[in-house]
Amino acid sequence: MSAVIETRPADVLVTERTVKNYLTEGRTLRSWLLTTDHKRIGILYLYSILIFFAIAAAAAALIRAELITPQGDLVTSETYNKLFTVHGVLMVWFFLIPSIPAVLGNFVIPMMIGARDVAFPKLNLLSWYLFNAGGLLALYSIIFGGVDTGWTFYTPYSSAFSNSHVVSMAAGVFVAGFGSILTGLNFIITVHTMRAPGLRWHRLPLFIWSLYSTSVILVLATPVLAITLALMALERIWHLGLFDPKLGGDPVLFQHLFWFYSHPAVYIMILPGMAVVSETITCFARKKIFGYYFVAYSSVAIAILGFLVWGHHMFVTSQSVYAGFTFSLLSFLVSVPSGVKVFNWTATLHRGSISLQTPMLYALGFIGLFVIGGLTGLFLAALATDVHLSDTYFIVAHFHYVMVGGMVTAFMGGLHYWWPKITGRMYPEKLGQLAALITYIGFNLTFFPQFIMGYLGMPRRYHAYPGEFQIYHVLSSAGASILGVGYLLPVCYFIWSLKHGKKAPPNPWNATGLEWQTPSPPPKHNFEHIPVVTGPPYQYSAEAEEELQHA
Amino acid sequence: MPEVHTAIAEQFEDMPQQKSAATLGMWTFLATEILFFGGMFMSYITYRHAYPEAFAEASRHTIVLFGTINTAILLTSSLTMAFAVHAAQVNKTKSLVRFLLLTVFLGCCFLVVKGFEYHDDITENLWPGPHFKKSLLPQAQIFWFLYWAMTGLHAIHVTVGIVLLAIIARMAARLKFSDFYHTPVEISGLYWHFVDIVWIFLYPLLYLINRYS
Amino acid sequence: MNFPIFPPQGSAFAHRVDHLYFALVAFSLAMILLILLPMIYFLFKYRRGKKANRREPRIPEVTIEITWISIPLLLMVGLYAWGADLYFHEQRPPSNALEINVIGKQWMWKTQHPEGNREINELHVPLGRTVKLTLASQDVIHSFFLPAFRIKKDVIPGYYTTEWFQATRLGTFHIFCAEYCGTHHSGMIGKVVVMDPAEYERWLSAGRPTTSLVQEGEKRFRELGCSGCHMGSSVIRAPPLEGVFGKPVPLQTGGTTIADEGYIRDSILLPNSQIVAGYQPVMPSFQGHVTEEEVLELVAYIKSLGSRPPSESLGSRIEEQR
Repeated sequence: MSAVIETRPADVLVTERTVKNYLTEGRTLRSWLLTTDHKRIGILYLYSILIFFAIAAAAAALIRAELITPQGDLVTSETYNKLFTVHGVLMVWFFLIPSIPAVLGNFVIPMMIGARDVAFPKLNLLSWYLFNAGGLLALYSIIFGGVDTGWTFYTPYSSAFSNSHVVSMAAGVFVAGFGSILTGLNFIITVHTMRAPGLRWHRLPLFIWSLYSTSVILVLATPVLAITLALMALERIWHLGLFDPKLGGDPVLFQHLFWFYSHPAVYIMILPGMAVVSETITCFARKKIFGYYFVAYSSVAIAILGFLVWGHHMFVTSQSVYAGFTFSLLSFLVSVPSGVKVFNWTATLHRGSISLQTPMLYALGFIGLFVIGGLTGLFLAALATDVHLSDTYFIVAHFHYVMVGGMVTAFMGGLHYWWPKITGRMYPEKLGQLAALITYIGFNLTFFPQFIMGYLGMPRRYHAYPGEFQIYHVLSSAGASILGVGYLLPVCYFIWSLKHGKKAPPNPWNATGLEWQTPSPPPKHNFEHIPVVTGPPYQYSAEAEEELQHA
Repeated sequence: MPEVHTAIAEQFEDMPQQKSAATLGMWTFLATEILFFGGMFMSYITYRHAYPEAFAEASRHTIVLFGTINTAILLTSSLTMAFAVHAAQVNKTKSLVRFLLLTVFLGCCFLVVKGFEYHDDITENLWPGPHFKKSLLPQAQIFWFLYWAMTGLHAIHVTVGIVLLAIIARMAARLKFSDFYHTPVEISGLYWHFVDIVWIFLYPLLYLINRYS
Repeated sequence: MNFPIFPPQGSAFAHRVDHLYFALVAFSLAMILLILLPMIYFLFKYRRGKKANRREPRIPEVTIEITWISIPLLLMVGLYAWGADLYFHEQRPPSNALEINVIGKQWMWKTQHPEGNREINELHVPLGRTVKLTLASQDVIHSFFLPAFRIKKDVIPGYYTTEWFQATRLGTFHIFCAEYCGTHHSGMIGKVVVMDPAEYERWLSAGRPTTSLVQEGEKRFRELGCSGCHMGSSVIRAPPLEGVFGKPVPLQTGGTTIADEGYIRDSILLPNSQIVAGYQPVMPSFQGHVTEEEVLELVAYIKSLGSRPPSESLGSRIEEQR
């Protein structure tokens, strides 16, 4: 029984279709396209990112199909290069970066802090339009021939040699970037100024701490990407020369500027996942988090340290050895706060009352896969091994473990966890557990062989390869088809649940957290009366849960 | 009694909350702008360190008269903006509108001077590319690329500022502000001061290196 | 079915990198077990419905946190130092190395041996000899990756990068381009062939062209008119080049720089970026008039200019290279 919240009465159980909620108030297309309701904007983002995910996943399927045989026989080299570029660009900027923040963050944050909306609802809608405008530019680039520079756009290939639609793609990323800046800005201000009475910083759920840290990165790092891509595009359009070696320009300067953003960007692509895990592990173990302050501040530490390590992407570019030493040491250090989180989550299970429902399965899956991904990061932080492993499949495996095994898994977990709140329906639990298991198996089969291939020397972005690597590519492609099924299944049953899923009560998981004090789905303005918070989060009791079980 | 525009948006509980949100929002946005310009400042620092001679030579071809006039214009416009904010704080609507319009006017003067300057720069063949002034070192093109990119981006920000302040002036003329509520004036002021500060960095870096030695 | 796990260990350095790799694997396994075993144990012992002691434990939370932060941290600093030490060694080619130039261009590798032998997509080297590669790009960024030696270096247009190795094993090993460079990036592969020193000499003689690298450079030097200003008694003042390589050069701006390969390359392609003190910026740029291969030949020639005048016989010049 949580003694955290005193709400003044009138939060009613929703059992009838005719009761008003944010979904039913206004059913026209216009009411959706001009909405300023953070909950609707979260859903709009979900639709948008799923479209881009589908395109990028199709590209991945073609890539894995091509790589089953050592020869480049399914598609031409040009096409292959465009496939991996499109896969990377869309997955990073049009799926992963918005995913948890723009979908779950938008939906949950105001409710979680007891607010009626974000600080700037109109800017929130604007961010969605910017995202889609960027997306349209990206689609234009793809439809009219594609880009083949890799998602990293390295100069001088991108600025002076590529014969593909670089500028439109870069413009798409530029515009979408401003959408994510606005999202981050909105979250920061919201958390600072709109917390419910009594909700001190140290009473905030860890979801907020992580998303707040993510937002700081979004806001400070993305502008650097924007200006870097703009400079590259200007160089390409007007044959000017900031990165042009013929004028004394330095192509590696592009890399410094690019990675100054892109390294913090990877923390944008993991912190929100960690945010979800903190919520689900506590709920499904019925225990308060072990080491609240450590987990909270580890998010802040990751955000800060994340800005100091970009050079570890450039150990083989002939930067000074001393720069190498510095970036390597800092890269080892930045792993510490992530380790802190993992240890604390595991310790939270101790003396808990653990239920292996779908969100918990995804949380545990996250820990398993993120640990592998994170540890392999150490191989890359270590200078001498990084020299060998740079630009090989080891890197590909590493980042897929953290981004897909980590972030996407957590995103799935979060979607399942908050689905009842968002839609008012339950998803089918057994299918949920099955999908989680299939994903976990498929994922490991897809990406673990890539570590081995990488150390063997298999370079990345290769259309064709020497025969000795084939066995690993075949395993990887087999895994990819299983992984595909694991992701397809939830799409199907989520859609099914919208009409046929069991109606959800306000708090199906008996979770603490202000968002569960509203009906499922919530009313348009979230709370009838703003709640007052009187204690810390996660006031679970494993003992009480067990008593309930044995009653 | 002038019409008091209460303007508490529905997501906020009260005016102080709205005001602190708006102010923190603008400061955060300005932080992003620093990073946005920052990429180019970093490029400038890198290349100036690598090619000091080329940069000095290239900088000598900037039109320091126009640069200095523009600095004076912008600094004055920050002064008028500060007066405008003060007028809002003491509920002097007529002064508020006048100072806002004065700031807008000075901003436009800045752009006009910049326009003349750009024209002269182009006739001097200072646009990087195949027709770049032959008498300069090749790396001078890097300086000039940064000149156009940095002053161009700055000019875009000045333009946005002008439009923003014109809108605020119109709202002020329609008595939407008072000593109780004038947050939009204050945060527009923050934006305008930021635009000025960027110029204060650009001016010495672009116009004044090695000019008189 | 063949499941290779490791590339061949072509050098002592490769062994050392593999040791670090094993240490990292061991560390990772330890961490995984330290996390997974308790996790699985808890999942079983405390699953819902199972009787167990679930009372709030009295634990010194902060002590535990500090412990599990500091121990991994210490181990990681150790791993860092090990990696940094190896890297430092790898980044510093020993002196007296056999110097071979490698030029990367879309989408092939060209190598230049000092004796004049050239190869495409192949690199023959003698066993046991330190080989230092100077890498240049004709167009975009490439990366010269030799998995058997665990080394890789980006090849960047606009400057020279270097990497070195000492082969301790005979055989044929992969060369891969490891930085995406366009359409046929995956075709930019080749072979390193490590041979017995005697066999290597035979291979050199069999394929040796009539001119060595230095001699090609000398030819180029005259053809392009460099000797007109830089040699002997000429009208236009240009810095003399005898003995300039490797020495500090005073600059117009007041500092000095070392005249290494990169400096010589810049002086040819971007002559006015670092003007020697006391000279006018009158040297024309040869950008677009020489390929990276030709620049490397010129560099080899200029390196060979000791303090002797340039009219030596070809035979003794080759002696100098050895």
